[in-house]
Order: sequence, then structure tokens, then C-alpha cells
Amino acid sequence: MRYLPLTEADRRDMLGVIGAKSVDDLFVDVPVRARRDGLVDLPKRKGELDVERALSAMAAKNVSAGSVPFFVGAGAYRHHVPSTVDHLIQRSEFLTSYTPYQPEITQGTLQYLFEFQTHVAMLTGMDVANASMYDGSTACGEAVLMAHRVTKRKKAVLSGTLHPHYRAVVENISEVGGYAVEALAPAVSDRTEDIIARIGDDTSCVVVQGPSFFGDLIDLSAIADAAHAKGALLIAVVTEIISLGLVTPPGDMGADIVVGEGQSIGNGLNFGGPYVGLFATKTKYVRQMPGRLCGETVDAAGERGFVLTLSTREQHIRREKATSNICTNSGLCCLAFSIHLSLLGEDGFRRLARINHANAVKLADGLASVKGVEVLSKTFFNEFTIRLPRAASGIVDALAEKNVIAGLPASRLIPDDASVENLLIVASTEINTDDDRAAFVAALKEVL
Amino acid sequence: MSEIRFTDQHEWVRLEGDTATIGITDYAQEQLGDVVYVELPEVGKTMAAGDEAAVVESVKAASEVYAPVSGEIVEVNADLEGQPGGVNEDAMGRGWFVKLKLADKSEFTKLMDEDAYKAFVEGLA
Repeated sequence: MRYLPLTEADRRDMLGVIGAKSVDDLFVDVPVRARRDGLVDLPKRKGELDVERALSAMAAKNVSAGSVPFFVGAGAYRHHVPSTVDHLIQRSEFLTSYTPYQPEITQGTLQYLFEFQTHVAMLTGMDVANASMYDGSTACGEAVLMAHRVTKRKKAVLSGTLHPHYRAVVENISEVGGYAVEALAPAVSDRTEDIIARIGDDTSCVVVQGPSFFGDLIDLSAIADAAHAKGALLIAVVTEIISLGLVTPPGDMGADIVVGEGQSIGNGLNFGGPYVGLFATKTKYVRQMPGRLCGETVDAAGERGFVLTLSTREQHIRREKATSNICTNSGLCCLAFSIHLSLLGEDGFRRLARINHANAVKLADGLASVKGVEVLSKTFFNEFTIRLPRAASGIVDALAEKNVIAGLPASRLIPDDASVENLLIVASTEINTDDDRAAFVAALKEVL
Repeated sequence: MSEIRFTDQHEWVRLEGDTATIGITDYAQEQLGDVVYVELPEVGKTMAAGDEAAVVESVKAASEVYAPVSGEIVEVNADLEGQPGGVNEDAMGRGWFVKLKLADKSEFTKLMDEDAYKAFVEGLA
């Protein structure tokens, strides 16, 4: 039996109430080019074996990340996730448990959340971290809203090297909330002075990413000082969290809020999600922080235990005045993060970061030796930007034909901007071998 | 010589000259339980009667405290920042929240006097 609870009359009544003529009217906000007229032309029936053959043939046309030398980063990184991680997170106590709405009886869940928060606070150099957000970009949007609450101001300044997706989320959330955003034009490296010049008396926060979307490292200290002098907060964004195994944590450079994408640790590329947003701040701002927060305490018998704390910030208690409408967290992804990080340990994590950096340096040296290629990034972690002699997108397509996934053409995320058309953003993590890099360099020589 | 008035939201206002001191009643603190945090407005802010003046947070709930009368905030009780428990211990005294420069005395006289508030609370039981 099909479950179709609505009658035509029900639909008509509901559409009438909101003033829409048809169900299609509900989709007017979706651009026409993204919509499809009519149904997909599919055969009425096919045997299971036939379907499997047809789909396998289609899937075989893809060049998947794991099958060839792969150098794409730009906010989602392919790292080795030890099989231990998947094995442990698939225990049913973890895999099937829902967000702890009756928290105190789920001590195991609370304990790993507390450990995750501790990991994030230590990595970012901040006092306190929450039990995770949906992903880095939404964490960034929430951080801007939080800065508005703390400063009672309404304007965010975004650096030109912020990931375009993060910028889009901030702009979207700000438009809905009636807040102002001043974003610097995308540039491979925006100068600290240019960011500082935008900070005014009405600025609530400055959002700066490091390593930047283009891979460059940035010293946040001067921006932090300038922001604080104007009563604004510094929000630091980290999209490659493994960089913190080598780079000074944003908290030590004066950041007031640190947000990031935690996918790199414990989580695969997952076709773009689910991911795990990291969110950390200073103790003095904790009451304005969004999201779940787990605390350690002692019970009546003096035994160590865990609770959800400061819940009065949250929607189930504070209703429309809550700090956020997030009522959950990326539970399983943050568990994977914490298990992987625990397996690495502090030394292992630093070593992993060093391997990433060394691999990227080797790749940059190899690419710089190709005639017509210029490495633009001066200081970088595991990702950098090169300038090619012609449009990067065509070259990437040509390299894919040679079974090398060479990186992200900047024009993919920054369209209609001639200044980035020839730029290619390239990442090399611990998964890339010397053979991978040699294949990339050789293929590029052939294509150029 | 001071006068005191009450609201049906369990706030009290004590008027001395044109300075109105505002807090929550003993009944309110008892209902809330242990107060763990009080968020206070900025000095200099002008508010109309009914505007949100403060937020009081207990282990059970967070509640808004509304300004019973209009005026400009001239002082906030900074002691509550470190010791929010003062609201439980002495709600009508050192547990006060804000002081307003009263804009319109008629707003004050319209509120319940002590006897009326007592009767109101008894009616809730």
C-alpha cells in the first residue's frame, strides 16, 4: 500500500492558505537552469541484473578519488582513516544512538563528546569548544551571529581568502537576519593592511581563514589587535584542521572564536558530507555560544560524571531567543574525529602534519620545474596555488583524461573572475606517493 | 521615603525620587530555583515599559525580566555577575537588577501595591 495521506482537496487548501497556485510554485526560488521539465526517461521495467550492469557501466566512467593520483583539497581533504576508526564507530552503542535528549543516562555518549570538546579546545588554543556543528561553513555562519550578539553590532568583515562556500553561507545567513557583510574581493593573498582598513566602529567581527582558501598561512596577530582596538572580535577559520599539528593555533594569535572543518580527521570525503563543524571560543563568551556543550562534574557520591551544561542557551529551553536553532551535533563524525586523534596521539598528529607539509613541498618543487607554471603561495601547509599559462579548468580536464585529478581550478568556486581563471589550487596529503607526484608532473608537461 | 509596586510578571519597582530600582520578587526567585546567571543591560540604554531589561537564568530555566516602567538605565547591579545567588538570598534587597531614571510616574502608580500583589500571588496557589 502506498502511503499518500494528502488528498487533492488537502493540497488545494494548503496552497490556498499560503497563496500558491500549484506545487510547482513552491520551487520558484530554484533557478530554472537547475530544474528539469518532465520526468527522467526511464524504461518502465528492467531486471535487477540489467539495472546493476547499466549502473556499474555508468559508475565506471567516474574517476574516483581513490583510484588515481588525487590532489584536490579546498576545504575537503582526502586523508588515510585507519580501519580501527570505522570498526569502533560502527558499534551499535555509537552508531544507532540518537542525540542525548535524556543526557545523564547516556554517560558514554557524553564522555566522548567531552573528550571531543577537549581535543578541539587543545588544537585551536581556545578555552572551550562545543560538541560540534554540522560543518565548517555553518559553524562560520554561527560564529558571525555570535559575534553580533557579543558586540551588539551588525556588520561582519570577511577576508578575500575565505573559502567561497563559507562566504556564501555567511552572506545567506546575514541576509535573512538583516545583518551587513563586507567581503574583500577574492585574492590569492589579501594583505593584512587591507583587512585592517575595513575594521570600523560598527564592525562586529573580522573573519579570516588560515591556511587560506588558496593555501597561504597568515599571522593573525596584527588583525586580532586591530579588531580588538575597535571593539570587534576576530573569527579564525580553519578548513584543514591537520595544519594545527604544525601551525600556531589561532587562539595563540588572538582569535576570539575559532571555527573549522573537522572532516580531515577520522572522516572520509563522503561526497561532501556528513562533515563535522568545529566551534571554540573564550570562556567569557561561552553564554553566547551556539550548540551542545558537555561538562564534567561529580555526582552525589563524588564520582566523575558528565552532563549537558549551559542548556539555557539552547532552543528547547530558550525557544526563539536561543543562541542558535541547532539542537544536535555531528555525533558520529565527531566520534570518528576523536577516535582518530586519540589513535594518533600528540606526537603522531604532529608527525602526520609534517608528512603533509613535506609532501606538499615536494609537489610544489616538482610543479615549479614545469615550464610555464608559477607557484604563487609563499608559505603554505599542505595546499598551495599555482598559475598556469592558460585556463586551469581545461588543463584539469585534460589531466583527468590522463588519470590525474590535479586540483581545484579556482574558477570552479569563483566564477566570472578573469584574475583567477588560470589558478589551480593543489593539495598533497600523506596519501600521495612520490609516484603520484611524478605522474602529475609528467602529465602536466605533456598537457602544456 | 520610598514606595514599592509590583507587576503580574513578578517584578518589583522601588521608587526613590525619580530613581526606580527593579528586581524580581521573592515568589519569583522561589519558583525559579537556584539562580546561576543574570544578564544585565548596558547603562545608558533607554527602555519602554515592557521591554526586556534582563535575563535571569536558573538551573531550571531562563526567563526575561521586563522593565515595568519606562526610563533610562542609570545603574546595574554588578555584584550579581559574580554572585547571582544574591537573587535567591535577598530578592527584594541586594538582589536588585537595574536602576532606571523614571520617565513617567503614572506608569509606576498604575502598578500593583504590596497588598494587591500579595492577593495576586495567593490567587495563583
